[in-house]
Amino acid sequence: MPAVGTSVARKDGIGKATGSALYADDITFPGMIHGRTIRSTIPRGRVKSIRFDFDTDGFTIVDWHDIVGRNSVDLIEKDQPFLVESEVRHMAEPILLLAHEDRERLNAAHVEIEYEEETPLFDPEQSTVVFKKIDIMKGNPAGALASADLVVEGTYRTGHQEHVYIEPNGVIAVPEDVDGKKGVAIFGSVQCPFYVIKALRCLFGAHPPIRVIQTETGGGFGGKEEYPSMIAGHAAMLALKSGRPVKIIYDRAEDMIATTKRHPAIVRHRTGVTRDGHIVAMDIDVLMDGGAYVTLSPVVLSRGCIHAAGPYRCDNVNIRGRTVFTNTPPNGAFRGFGAPQTEFAVEVQMERIAEALGIDSVEVRRINALRPGDTTATGQKLREDTSALMVLDEAVRRTDFLRKREGYRGTNRALGLSLFYHGAGFTGSGELSLKSKARLDLTPTGVRIATGSTEIGQGTRTTHAQIVSDSLGIPYEDVEVAQPDTARVADSGPTVASRTCMVVGKILEECAHEMKERLNGLSPAEYHTRHGAFSVERMYAPPDWIKWDDATYRGDAYATYGWGCDVAEIEVDPDTFEVRPLKLTAVQEFGRPIHPALAQGQIEGGTAQGLGYALLERVVMRNGAMANAQLTNYTIPTTLDMPELDVVMLENPYPGGPFGAKGLGELPMDGPAPAVVNALRWLGFDVREIPATPELIAGCTATA
Amino acid sequence: MKFVLNGASTDVMAHPMSRLLDVLREECGLTGTKEGCGEGECGACTVLVNGEPVCSCLIPVAQVESADVVTIEGLGDDHPLQHLFMNEIGAQCGICTPGMIMAAIALGPSPTLDDVKIALAGNLCRCTGYSAIYRAVLKWREMSDVNVSASATR
Repeated sequence: MPAVGTSVARKDGIGKATGSALYADDITFPGMIHGRTIRSTIPRGRVKSIRFDFDTDGFTIVDWHDIVGRNSVDLIEKDQPFLVESEVRHMAEPILLLAHEDRERLNAAHVEIEYEEETPLFDPEQSTVVFKKIDIMKGNPAGALASADLVVEGTYRTGHQEHVYIEPNGVIAVPEDVDGKKGVAIFGSVQCPFYVIKALRCLFGAHPPIRVIQTETGGGFGGKEEYPSMIAGHAAMLALKSGRPVKIIYDRAEDMIATTKRHPAIVRHRTGVTRDGHIVAMDIDVLMDGGAYVTLSPVVLSRGCIHAAGPYRCDNVNIRGRTVFTNTPPNGAFRGFGAPQTEFAVEVQMERIAEALGIDSVEVRRINALRPGDTTATGQKLREDTSALMVLDEAVRRTDFLRKREGYRGTNRALGLSLFYHGAGFTGSGELSLKSKARLDLTPTGVRIATGSTEIGQGTRTTHAQIVSDSLGIPYEDVEVAQPDTARVADSGPTVASRTCMVVGKILEECAHEMKERLNGLSPAEYHTRHGAFSVERMYAPPDWIKWDDATYRGDAYATYGWGCDVAEIEVDPDTFEVRPLKLTAVQEFGRPIHPALAQGQIEGGTAQGLGYALLERVVMRNGAMANAQLTNYTIPTTLDMPELDVVMLENPYPGGPFGAKGLGELPMDGPAPAVVNALRWLGFDVREIPATPELIAGCTATA
Repeated sequence: MKFVLNGASTDVMAHPMSRLLDVLREECGLTGTKEGCGEGECGACTVLVNGEPVCSCLIPVAQVESADVVTIEGLGDDHPLQHLFMNEIGAQCGICTPGMIMAAIALGPSPTLDDVKIALAGNLCRCTGYSAIYRAVLKWREMSDVNVSASATR
C-alpha cells in the first residue's frame, strides 16, 4: 500500500506525548553553566561606560573585545553585531554576556550601563534609510488609471505579530575536541542549522570546528529562522571562553522583547476598474518597517510585493515597495513572509471596489481571478495548476455564501470572504542559487534520510519518509530519518518558505529513484548484506522553464502557487464591539497532500494564527520596545476564541513536486484576516487595519 | 519536603518557595513538564495536584507538601490518550502536549465538545488551532466510556 496520500503513523514516535522528547531546556551536560544576555535599555545612543555591580568571581564575562572573527551575524548583510561595540540601535540589543553555574547568582548580577542617548526614529514613514526598494512594472498603469471608469483608493495597515512558539528560544553550546582542535557543538531549537553554521564561521573565522544539532523544537513559524544564529553565537563565545557547556534559554519576556516579529506594513492601493467590474490598473505602494538591522527584510519585502496584487489578472500594474530602518528590534521571518500584509490589503481593497461598483464582491473576484494562461504582475504566465476559481467557487458553494450572507442582513452576524495565493519555495532564482542537497544512506535494515530539514511540528520527518518509501518501493517502516546534525547531514537549505516537502521532498524522490536503480531489484537489507552500505546525494534542479531577472523583477517568481479561499462567519457584540468568529471555512489547493492529517493540521494551525493576527494579537510599542511582552496581555487564540474550522483540501497536482505536492505551510496564514475584516465591512464597519480590536472597530466609521 | 510523585513517596531538598515546576524538572529529573511562559498563561507546565490540573510554574513546592502530584511521566508511555495525540495530530511541535494531556486527563466521562474547550482553555497551542486536540480527546473519552460501560455490564 502506498504511504503517500495516507495518514501513516508519524516518525516522531510517542515521545512528544510522553514527555520523553528532549527540547533544548531538557538537556544538560556535565559541568554545564548558564548564560545570560545583558541588553540595551535605550532605543538609540552610545554606550559610555559599563560597571559590574556584583562580585564577578566565578563568572565568565564576554563582550565584543572577545570576538576573534567578525562581529556580525552573517545573513543577507553583515550589519547586525553579535554584541554592541558602542552604537545602540534598538531596545534589548545584546551588549554583554555573563555565565555562571548558579542561575540565581547569574540572574541577580547587576550591570550598570551608562549611555549617551540620541533621538530615536520610530515612524517608518519618516525613515530615509531604505534597506531595499522594489519596483515591479507591467504595462502602462498610469495611462490605464487615467482612462478607467472608476479609481478606488485605500490605505491599509497591519501591525507587528509575535510568533509565540510555546517553547521560547534556547541553545546549548558544548566545547568539543575535533581531531585535536578546540571546537564547539551547538544543540538548539533552530529551524535552519546551516544558517547558524554560516553565522558562526563569520564570528569565529574558519578555525574552530563547529557543528549544529537540532534538538526537538517547540514551534518555529519563522521565529527560529534567523535569531537562533545570534543566540548560538552568544552561547558559543561563553563556552569557548569558559571551556564549559553553556546553556542560554530565554524566558518568555526576553523572547518577546528581543527577538523578531512580523513586519508592520502600510499598503496603499489605487485601482482602476471598468463599470462592469474588470480591473484595468493597479498602483500599489508597500512600506515595511524593517527595524534596526537588515536581517531578512529585503526578501520579506520581495515576497510581499510579488503577492501584493492578489490572485487577480491585470495588464497594467505598478508595485513599489520599500523596507526601512527604525530604532526598533529587527523584524524578520514569520509564516507568510510579507504576503499576509499585502494580501490583507488587496483583499479589503477588492471588497471596497465591489462596494464602489455596486457589484457583489464574489462576482468581482470571479471576473478578475487568475486563470491558467494569465500573467501575474511579474509577467509570469500561469500554468494548469492555477486554482483561484476552483477554490472560490467551492468556498461559495460549500458555505451557501450568498444566501446565508443575505439572511444575516440586519443582524449582528455576517460572512466575509478572501481569495489568496502563496508562492512555494524561494523566490525567483533563489532555489537555483541555494543548491540544496539531500542524501539517502543505505543501512542494514533500510534507508536513512540525511538532510538539514528540521521537524518543527509540521511533519518533515513523516512526509519525507513517505516520499522515499514510495519512490524506493520499500515499506514506510524501513525508512528512518536522521536528526539534523550539520556534521552528518546534507545541507538541504533552510526549513522555510513552504519548501521542505516540495523542494527537499523532490530531491529525496530523485535520490530514491537513483538508489532503486543501484539496488537492481534487491531490498536494501539484501544489498547491504552482499555489497555493504552506500549513499546517494543529489542537488536540487529547479524546473528548467523558470526564468527570473532580479534586476527588473520580471519573470517566474515561483515554480507554483497554492490557492485558498476563506469564508469567515462572525458575530459582533453591539455594545463591546468584540468579534466572535463562529465558523471559518478554509478551501485550499496545494497540489496533493502527502499526509492528509498533517496537511489539515497545517491549515487549521495557520488559520488560527491568521485569526489571532486579525483580531487579538496587538504588539504595543513604547519607546521602541514591546510593552506587552507577556502572554497575559499579548493574547493568542485559546480554545474559547477559536471558531469551528471546516477545512477542504482540493487537488491540482504540480508536476514539479514529489507526487504532485506543492508547498503548504504558509498559505493558510494569508486568508483569515481579510475574510474577517470583510465580514466586519458587511456589518457596516469601515475597517482597514488589523488587529481589529474592539477599540479599533468602535472608532471606525460606517461603510454605508 | 515530602509528597507523592507519580504514585511514589518522594522527599526533596528544596527551598519551600521554589516553583514546583523547577523542583520537578531539576530535582526530580522529570523534564516532561514544560515551561512556556512562567506566569500561568500557557499551561505547558500543567500537572495534577490531588487530581486537579494546575500550572506548576505558579505553585511553590511548599504548597504540595503531602499532596498527590502526577506529571506526564506518571501516565507511562502507552496511555491511549498519548497515542491519540500523536495519531490525530493533536501534537505538532509537541511542547504543549504534556500539559494539554494533563489538563484533558482530568475531564469527567462523556464530555461534550464545549466541556473539552473549557477544560483546555488555559492551555495554549500555537500549532494546531486546537481542532485536532478535540478530536484526540473526544475519541479517547468515547473509548474509555465504552470500556467503562463494557465492564459495568460484565
